[in-house]
Amino acid sequence: MSGNAKLEIRDLTMLYKTGDGVRNINLAVEQGELVTLLGPSGCGKTTILRTIGGFLQAASGQILISGKDITHMLPEKRPTAMVFQSYNLWPHMTVYENMAFGLKLRKVPKSEQKRRIAEMLEMIKMSGYEKKYPGQMSGGQQQRIAIGRSLLLQPDVLLLDEPFSALDAKIRSQMREELRKIQTDLNITVVFVTHDQEEAMALSDRIVVMNKGSFEQVGPPQEIYNRPASRYVADFIGEMNFIPMPDGSIKAVRPENVSVSPGTGGNLDGYVRTIMMLGHYIEMTVDTDCGIVKLFVSAEEAEQYKRGNPVALTLGESHRYNDDQSAAG
Amino acid sequence: MYMSYLNPKRWVHMMGRKKFGEFLVLAAFMLFFYGPLLHMFMLAFANKYEMPGVLPQEFGFQWWRYVLAQPTLVSSIVLSFTIALITTALSLLICIPAAYVLARYEFPGRKLVMFSFLLGNAFPKIGIYASMGIIFYRIGLMGTLPGVLIVHLLGGMMLMIWMPTNAFKSVPRQQEEAARDIGAGPIRTFFYVTLPMAWPGIAVASMFTFIGSLGENQGTLLVGLPNYRTMPVEMYGVILDYPATAGAVFALILLIPNVLLLFLMRKYVGPETLSKGFKMG
Ligand SMILES: Nc1ncnc2c1ncn2[C@@H]1O[C@H](COP(=O)(O)OP(=O)(O)OP(=O)(O)O)[C@@H](O)[C@H]1O
Ligand SMILES: [Mg+2]
Repeated sequence: MSGNAKLEIRDLTMLYKTGDGVRNINLAVEQGELVTLLGPSGCGKTTILRTIGGFLQAASGQILISGKDITHMLPEKRPTAMVFQSYNLWPHMTVYENMAFGLKLRKVPKSEQKRRIAEMLEMIKMSGYEKKYPGQMSGGQQQRIAIGRSLLLQPDVLLLDEPFSALDAKIRSQMREELRKIQTDLNITVVFVTHDQEEAMALSDRIVVMNKGSFEQVGPPQEIYNRPASRYVADFIGEMNFIPMPDGSIKAVRPENVSVSPGTGGNLDGYVRTIMMLGHYIEMTVDTDCGIVKLFVSAEEAEQYKRGNPVALTLGESHRYNDDQSAAG
Repeated sequence: MYMSYLNPKRWVHMMGRKKFGEFLVLAAFMLFFYGPLLHMFMLAFANKYEMPGVLPQEFGFQWWRYVLAQPTLVSSIVLSFTIALITTALSLLICIPAAYVLARYEFPGRKLVMFSFLLGNAFPKIGIYASMGIIFYRIGLMGTLPGVLIVHLLGGMMLMIWMPTNAFKSVPRQQEEAARDIGAGPIRTFFYVTLPMAWPGIAVASMFTFIGSLGENQGTLLVGLPNYRTMPVEMYGVILDYPATAGAVFALILLIPNVLLLFLMRKYVGPETLSKGFKMG
């Protein structure tokens, strides 16, 4: 990509003794961009993040921040800040001491430390918690402080490794929104790791979908969702019906692109298998000769169907993949 | 009226039959355990105590004055504390770095090293001291302070390696990494994050090392005599040469630092710290 990327990873390989790891990674992240590494457990997301942060040594390749090669720098010298899933805060220090530690090391005057910490606490909505110990706060509050502590040091790149995954769903989505707001307000560059695709969709400028140590597709959420480059991505992101075609290829259609009518004569015919109420819409599965197809209908529409009714399906926007997992058109 | 609450029948109903049984067992145990201690306490503050009496005929500090007036006894107390302090400081200096390495780095033979400290404690101590004595004779450490210190250091070694190793292990790596990430080098990370977090385990181990050194007698008797007569070594003489009341006073003096330390560290000393501290891993 362009030479003025904030963070650039060139042909990075990092392998553990066991042979697991990541190979030939290339990525450029622009200033102010939030890029998410998304993939199933064990695909190498944390490995990449820890290599950027300096906690793992690259076997080959380069990592550049603002054009400067940091591949062999010690973690404490790197202009990155990392937030882990948990155990970020030091339990023997108060919130204030936790936040002041990095500033102290940078010899920021006491009065300025105080001012900057107060500002940051305000921004992360944690004013008044200065004297609390981490053990006296909820998981969400602790993660807020951890993120605030990192932001306070104004890192060039903020690295977040599943920072919200230990929190319950409601707090998680709230934290997500707040993070996105702070990130755009401060225009900071973020690499975010998650295995939750919904989180990736909601948060990211661009998503990297990973598979077994390498990149499968890189692009904005819309593009990843609407034009999955491989069957793997199509399967991993959102819900997808895979319908085998007579020529041996596979047709992939999202449930929202399937419409249904009573009777026969559609692209695909079958019988209603289940009708399930999912809040404001209804999920229907249909038994066809080509397997089970999932689709969504509105509540009014659903009233005319019963289990076992014959139905005709019309397939809208679709993708074709060969069985070897590459895109076929 | 109130006295009737001392009626055991009420207790049985209050606690239930099973609980009351447990209570009786506990009470018996306590009596067995603390009875002699109580007796010693009583003796130490007895001015006059003649055999058939259950209680001393006269209480007072007579024997305390007597013991504290013996210059050899007082000097042995000073010596014991000095040696215990040096032993604790030295073993902290030696064992903390070793424990950190054992906790954080995987290397071949790691388990063996941990295990070897256990073996040292599995043999009868006196055999080890005897063979140490032979070596000490040859290299001229008999009757010297370094000789005594080595004996005391070895006595607390297993504890001082095992407990801090496990204390360091219980510090999540991420918390150290967070410090590195924020800009602290390895040394600062150790002193600001790792050590404070491992401190309870280390403090308990230091306490036991201190108490252990105060109580060490076999090895000191063998290696230290005639120049280094610590409290427990003097104790042998006291028991033989002085009346039982003086012995009780002296034993109490030996007990004071232990009780004091245990009291100060009561927050840290619990079944949990101890069981965690002796995990082998
Ligand atoms: N210290 C290690 N030594 C050896 N192999 C490791 C080590 N850490 C991770 N691995 C392996 O490397 C691969 C990538 O691990 P990584 O932690 O990067 O996955 P991840 O994508 O972050 O997964 P998760 O979503 O579960 O956190 C996995 O197969 C894992 O088993
Ligand atoms: Mg991970």
